[in-house]
Order: sequence, then structure tokens, then C-alpha cells
Amino acid sequence: MSIFEAILLTVITASTPLVIAALGELVTERSGVLNLGVEGMMIMGAVAAFAGAQMSGSPYVGIVCGIAAGALFSLLFAFLTLTLVANQVATGLALTLLGLGASGMLGEAYVSVPGIRLGEIVIPVLSDLPVIGHVLFRQDLIFYLSIALVVGVSWFLFRSRAGLKLRAIGDSHASAHALGIQVIRTRYLAVMFGGACAGLAGAQLSLVYTPQWAENMSAGRGWITLALVVFASWRPWRVFTGGYLFGAVTILQLHAQAFGLGIPSQFLSMLPYAATIVVLIIISHNRRTTLINTPASLGKAFVPER
Amino acid sequence: MRIELEKRPDVSKLFAFVSPLLALALTLAFGAIMFAMLGKDPVEALDAFFVEPLLEVWSLHELAIKAAPLILIAVGLAVCYRSNNWNIGAEGQFTIGAITGSYLPIVFYDWHSPLVLPLMLILGALGGALFAAIPALLKAHFNTNEILTSLMLVYIAQLFLDWLIRGAWRDPQGFNFPVSRDFAPEAVLPAIWEESGRAHWAFIFAIVAAVGVWFMLRYTLKGFEIVVLGQSERAGRFAGFSSKKMIWFSFLFSGALAGLAGIAEVSGSIGHLQPAISPGYGFTAIIVAFLGRLNPLGIIASGLVLALTYLGGEAAQLSLGVSDKVTRVFQGLLLFFVLSCDTLIYYKIRIVWSRVRGAA
Repeated sequence: MSIFEAILLTVITASTPLVIAALGELVTERSGVLNLGVEGMMIMGAVAAFAGAQMSGSPYVGIVCGIAAGALFSLLFAFLTLTLVANQVATGLALTLLGLGASGMLGEAYVSVPGIRLGEIVIPVLSDLPVIGHVLFRQDLIFYLSIALVVGVSWFLFRSRAGLKLRAIGDSHASAHALGIQVIRTRYLAVMFGGACAGLAGAQLSLVYTPQWAENMSAGRGWITLALVVFASWRPWRVFTGGYLFGAVTILQLHAQAFGLGIPSQFLSMLPYAATIVVLIIISHNRRTTLINTPASLGKAFVPER
Repeated sequence: MRIELEKRPDVSKLFAFVSPLLALALTLAFGAIMFAMLGKDPVEALDAFFVEPLLEVWSLHELAIKAAPLILIAVGLAVCYRSNNWNIGAEGQFTIGAITGSYLPIVFYDWHSPLVLPLMLILGALGGALFAAIPALLKAHFNTNEILTSLMLVYIAQLFLDWLIRGAWRDPQGFNFPVSRDFAPEAVLPAIWEESGRAHWAFIFAIVAAVGVWFMLRYTLKGFEIVVLGQSERAGRFAGFSSKKMIWFSFLFSGALAGLAGIAEVSGSIGHLQPAISPGYGFTAIIVAFLGRLNPLGIIASGLVLALTYLGGEAAQLSLGVSDKVTRVFQGLLLFFVLSCDTLIYYKIRIVWSRVRGAA
């Protein structure tokens, strides 16, 4: 395997959780709900996936646990912001703080326990292709799922009736409600989908990226995910591109550290965060395009008139 | 079963006062359940967590030490949040304030003068304000989401501190440990009442800041401007207030207070710079601000409550053998309950048992 293939493989591993979590958040935000708790849901997914895999001995059970943990945890957010119309920004923060604390507590028993790595699924014939074969078709289940999710979410939002309703709610919940669309119910489902995706992304972290448990191992990825959604102007394929861009920055700075370019490692580690800021500036610089793309009722609470 | 909300004609004064207390009670109840599930006696555990730290004078001093940065930061954040500017990066501003404030005692170690301490505090506040100026500039001129930028800057500030401590500012006599040299005595923030414990002047700064901001919000035009712009940018514009200037004001102000908290913590409690200088004060202060209803006087009370969760966590680790992560869980739960109980202030809550819509 050439060094080029090796780098590509690590880029994919670093990008996959970003793409998955960002897709989930994209659907949530398209329904008009801003959930800042991605970091918390992701880390809960990571610890649940690790624990599930340890107890059952199967990383696949781990994946299911990760998804379930993310979705259940997001229900807390949904109940507060949708049923009790609490402030979405503050509740999202609460979700992250609680997630970081609870995962640290639950995971304490698993620190420095050797993890179970999710195995590769080799796709016959295709995997024999030069370069691409090794990189794209000898991957773990979660990578394949991430690709399926990009296609699926894209189809759902722009080609299905339910997706049309979801976008309508995100743009004007009052009109959608007047048309008889179930605003609150749809938003519950959208938030839970976002939570499930964040949980799956967390499972990738503790089963594939570094198959072990470490406190705060999500390391700000949940926040980068939120920036990605803005970067992608709420479009699934741009989330995919953006996720890989960020993944590449993360991996290239690691390689630069290994080469020792004379730049202190701390400054290279700042790169993904600095890149996020730069990208946000570029994207939001044009006020008009951001206004057009942002779901119009994003972050606004909905209380039906009775 | 369904939960329905009905908007109250007026904000409920009763629940504005009761809801934080209700949130506290619910947090304690859930805490008891959590301890029971961990196999500890809930009464004994809550006692060790929330009561015992209050029974000794020295630990009341520790309470003041932990409350000081929380109150200082949260008072600044309250100004931000009231004006609808979401500064989430106080942890980073705290870190940078600690660094800029430590410049004098580390780089000019041999300069002994009574001026050192006041200059350090000013430098710390300036550093925090300058660091907060970055998201302010980006929001005011490029329309960039301040939540995300201020948060990304937290990671950058922490890595910068790490680099300094492992590089230029490492103590040459420190046996290669990543710490700076200890501050000289004139660079250390003095204790308030040395005979009984360690609590230092940061707590006094915190109280002064809280009372000052309370006065500003209540009696000055600036305070009125903050509240109006926070409630409706449009109304503020008609009144001739500039939301751009408010972005700058609120970020610089909260950044300065966070920076001051940073240098006060390093100078008063730690005595040198090290890679980890904060157990998440900048984030916990967000909870403090909300639990205090974004009111500076309320924040003094809520800062003391949250400081107690840190002390309780340490005590529970020793006496009960539970992980100190319990602290974080308590803090997260508390914010959740505060936010959900706040609904009671604006809405009447009705539980509808029938399955038919509108039957109630």
C-alpha cells in the first residue's frame, strides 16, 4: 500500500464522523430546530457504542447502542425545546455539558480498556481495482452507511413528499401548521434523526477512529459539525464535500507534525479550528446568500394557537 | 397524554422567583436517584455533596475562591445574553486573560514594585477583551455566527497556553514539568482574611462587578439599550441604538471580565501558569448566568450554588468514592431543570389526558 493510499484511508476515517453528524444536524435544522448539543450527543454515542461492544463482544451491537444513545439523548432536547418551548441555544448547550459529564462518568470503567475495532467489509470484484479498490471498497460498515446517508438524505429532502413538508416547516412553521402539517411531531422526528446520526458518528470514533474510550474524545468535532452545516448552506452534498475538506485538514496537520516542519505541534493542532473560523467568515460574508439559504424559522419556538 | 401550553397574559412574578428554586429541588431529587443507582445512600451522599462543605470556615473560603471566577464571568455573559449576543467562548477569554496577565510576573520576574499587581490585572482584562474582540469583529462585519467562532477560539487559546508553558515560559528550574516559575510575592493576589483561609480578592472583584452591572442594567441608559436591543433589534433601531456597537460593547465587556477572572485565578489561587488552569469555569458560568435569571444579583447566588457543586464533587470523591464527573452531571441537570422550569414563567402548563384534540 502506497503512502498516498494510506493518507487517503486516514482522511476517510477522519471525515466520516463529521459527514454523518452534520447530515443529522442538517435534517434537524431544515425542520427549523437549532440543536447545539451535537458534541454531547456524539460523546454519549461514543461511550454507549464502546460499552455495548465490550459487553456483547460485537462492534455491531456497539453501533446499535451508539445510535440508540444519541437518539434517546436528543429526546431530552426535543422535550425541552418543542414541548416546553425552552430557548434552543441554551438547551443545546445544556445537552453538551450534560453529555460530556455523563459520558465521563459512565466511561470511567472503560478508560485504558483495549477496544474492539469494527472490521472491514470487503466488496468482491470492486475491491480489486487499483488504488480506489483498497481505499473505497475495503471499508467498515459505518463508512458505507455515511455514503448511503448522503444519498438518502438528499433524496428525502428534495424528492420525497415528507421531505417537502419538513422543509416547509423549517421555512414557516405557522403556514405549515395552517396547512395541517404536524409541526411538533415532525420536529421531534427530525431532532431524533439528528441525535441518531450524532450517536452513529460517536460510535465511529470509539470503534473505528481510535478503538478505545477516552474522556472528551470527541474533541470539538460536534462543534465543527455545526459549522459544516452552515458551510454547506444546508445542502447534503456540500456537507459531504465540506466534511472531507475538514477531514483532510485534520489529517494533513497530523502528517505535518510527524514530518516536523519546525512548526510547534500546538499550532498545527489549531488548524482544524482556525480553518472552521475562516470558512465561516467566507460563507457568511455575503449576507444575502446566507439569508436565502438559512431555514427561515431556524431557532424559533413554535406554540400552536388554540 | 399531551402537554399543552397556554401563554400567560403577564409574566408570572411568582414563578420568576420560584422556578430557580424548583429547578434546584428537582436537581437534588434526580441527584438522589443517581446516587442510589450508583449504590450509595442518597441522603448521606447529598449531605456530603451539598451540606458538609458549608460547615467549616476553611471550606467556605474555598467556596468563595470557586465562586469568584464563576460570578465574574457570568455577570459579563449576562450582559451579552441579554443583548442577544451569544458569547460561548468565555473559557478561551479566561485562558488568554491568564496568559496576558502573567506576562509581567513571568517575563519581568525581577521587577519588584507595588505596581506589578494592578498592571497584571489590567493586562489580564485587556487580553480577555482583545480575544473576545475577534468574534465581535467577525459578527459585526462579516455576519459570522458568534457561537461557533467564540467556541473554536477556546480550543485555540488552550493550545496556545500549552505551547507557551512547554516552550518559552517553562520554568528552567522546573525539572522539565510544564509549569511556569512561581509568581513573586508582590504578583500574588492577597487573601481577604488570612487568619481563616485562602479566599482572595477575586471574590471582592466579583461582588463589585455584579453590583455595578446590576446598577448599570437597572438605572442607566446603557442598560436600557442592552435590554431593548436584546428584545427586539428593530425596536432598538427605531430608538436610535446601534446593534453593531452593542455587539462590540457586550463582547469586550464580557471578555474583559473573563480575562480578569483568568488572571485573578492564576495569581490568587494557583501561583503560576500551567496547562490546565480552569475546571471549565467558562462553561459553568453559562449555567450560572441562566440560573441567576441573567440578573447580576441572582448571579451572585447562583455562582455560590455552582461553586458548591465543584466543592461537593471533590468531597464526594474523597468520602464516597464517586467520580468527580458527578459534578458535571449535576451542573448539566441543573441547567436543564432551570430551562424547563422557566416555561412556567411565561406559560400555563396543562396536561391533557383525552386523546381527542381540543377536547380539554
